[in-house]
Amino acid sequence: MSLLSILGVLSSAIFSGTSLLYATLGEVVDERSGIVNLGLEGVLLVSASSGFAVTVLTGSASYGVLVAMLVGGLMNMILGYLVVFRRANQLASGLALMFFGFGLSALVGKPYVGAKIEGLSRIPLSGLSGLSRLYTSLFSFDVLIYLVVPTAILVWWLLFRTSWGLGLRAVGENTDTAFASGRDPRLIRIQALFLGGVLTGLGAAHLSIAYTMNWTEYMTAGRGFIAVALVIFSRWHPLRAIVGALLFSGAVAFQLLLQSSGVQISPFLLDMIPYVLTLLVLIAWGGNRKHSAPASLGRVYHGSE
Amino acid sequence: MQISASPLIQKVFPPSLVNTGIRYLWMTLLTLLLFGFILLASGKDPIRSYQDMFTSTLGSWYGFSEVLVAMIPMLITALAVALPSRVGLINVGGEGQLYLGAAFATWGALTFQAQPAWILLTLMTLLGMLGGAVWAFLPAYLKAIGLVNETITTLLMNSIAPKIIGFLIFGYWHSAVDTVKTANFASAARLPTFFGTRVHLGLFFGLVLLLLFWFIMKYTRWGLEMRAIGGNPQAARRNGIPLKRYLIIVMCLGGALAGLAGMAQVSGFYGVLLLNFSIGLGFMGFLICWLAGGEPVGILLMSFVVAIITTGGNLLQLTRDLPYAVINILLALALFVVLARPSLVQRKKS
Repeated sequence: MSLLSILGVLSSAIFSGTSLLYATLGEVVDERSGIVNLGLEGVLLVSASSGFAVTVLTGSASYGVLVAMLVGGLMNMILGYLVVFRRANQLASGLALMFFGFGLSALVGKPYVGAKIEGLSRIPLSGLSGLSRLYTSLFSFDVLIYLVVPTAILVWWLLFRTSWGLGLRAVGENTDTAFASGRDPRLIRIQALFLGGVLTGLGAAHLSIAYTMNWTEYMTAGRGFIAVALVIFSRWHPLRAIVGALLFSGAVAFQLLLQSSGVQISPFLLDMIPYVLTLLVLIAWGGNRKHSAPASLGRVYHGSE
Repeated sequence: MQISASPLIQKVFPPSLVNTGIRYLWMTLLTLLLFGFILLASGKDPIRSYQDMFTSTLGSWYGFSEVLVAMIPMLITALAVALPSRVGLINVGGEGQLYLGAAFATWGALTFQAQPAWILLTLMTLLGMLGGAVWAFLPAYLKAIGLVNETITTLLMNSIAPKIIGFLIFGYWHSAVDTVKTANFASAARLPTFFGTRVHLGLFFGLVLLLLFWFIMKYTRWGLEMRAIGGNPQAARRNGIPLKRYLIIVMCLGGALAGLAGMAQVSGFYGVLLLNFSIGLGFMGFLICWLAGGEPVGILLMSFVVAIITTGGNLLQLTRDLPYAVINILLALALFVVLARPSLVQRKKS
């Protein structure tokens, strides 16, 4: 196995892991405010298709990314309306949002199946200029890849170092206490959902505009659910989410590496690794889960008197 | 996380029958109106689309039979959620349990295909239920010993199950001509169909199970004890009800039901095990059970309504040149409308 193939695998792992990390960060924000968003898969799909459509129509990938972010936020507003203002069940509302996303993305994306786009421009890593073109082309990433770890740090800073983040986490732990300390749980949850949706939209934009550069129906293929699992794996912490996404991309890379080196292990078995690991981690941490999951996660807020 | 079960229906709908009727009518109209806008926006004629949908489902005997066919897995997967919900368990894992059931049943169909139909089908039914139960056991056990919440584990295991199917099909079971599915089942491994339609014995399974569920919950000691656990688990435990055993058995039974739905799909509907054959059937069961408040009659009605929507969507794809997935929009809008609980008159704050 050559160095080139290993580096190639690493490069593709970074590409596939980026959209996942954005989506995971989005879900971390949602869940920290106490809302489980099972509709993540649907939000990803609608953002990916509309972002791609706008890129085709305007010829500008940046517009596509912006629209994908906005659409992500708006999709989450549907969930927000249902669970925050109409006090609907979060699991059922999330699943309904997922089905909505399946349908809407197919409708929006249909005219653009097979369309070609420029995609986000790639910027080579500096310091590699001495290497041959073959290597530098493997390590020219788009701007969304460079920004994904800083975004994770930004989300961490927002959640753990700002007053707004403190309020958001307080709502996620105990809505009544948060209300008593002068915060509006409804407003905070809506804000959290919007931010979460924008982050999810970024992930979707990376998937369709920068990585695959096309649109096919149901192209996310379960990424939304992987992200939901990674949130649990990372114990609702944005920085640990980086580890989670790395783990997943690592598993993908490992699988590609094995295939390229001729080892016969079914890719389906390797695909299970991230889920099985998450399950094992959950079991190992089961005893002290009180210190990780937001306490009011999934509960309906009926308003404080 | 909690599913508010039967009291929900009472809370949402006032007891008066007239009010209920008006409310349902209003919600239906609202859904059709919203979807109509989406059809208009994509350049289709909503009125004619609705006509198509109606005539293709309730307009003919064959259409009606297709609705019944689509209803079978929904009915059974909804039961797979309803039963565990009675002891306070949230089974979001119907999707995975359905896949495992289908895989176990397929193993039976491929291994014992020389057996006569009644032996083979009985075996496949049992295997399907076993598969689903196996997939529900780990979440049930982890919940019963108080380690991990069953919502999270069942959800995770949903993502693992289709990959096991993929592994089995690609590695061992695929047919000579196609790598994404098994060879067609022998006719002995197919559930019998009726009246020259695609309605198969699975419908009978579903209806009998529904009746059985209603009877057990209402008239047996098990039902009473399950209601007690659902109401207050600790009080039930102190009264001598074996809490852990109930949690594990009931969850595994739920899994077994979803597994049966998987068996019915591969044996009754497809006659072959396909990669990713169910995009969301298990989740649909969850939604139907939730909409019905876990009540048997509601489950029957709701799965019928959802089946009309999905079957009608099939035709929309052919006649109106819309992607099949678009029907998910109509389904989702209907769910949104129910979840949002709109009212024509302002209700008092409950």
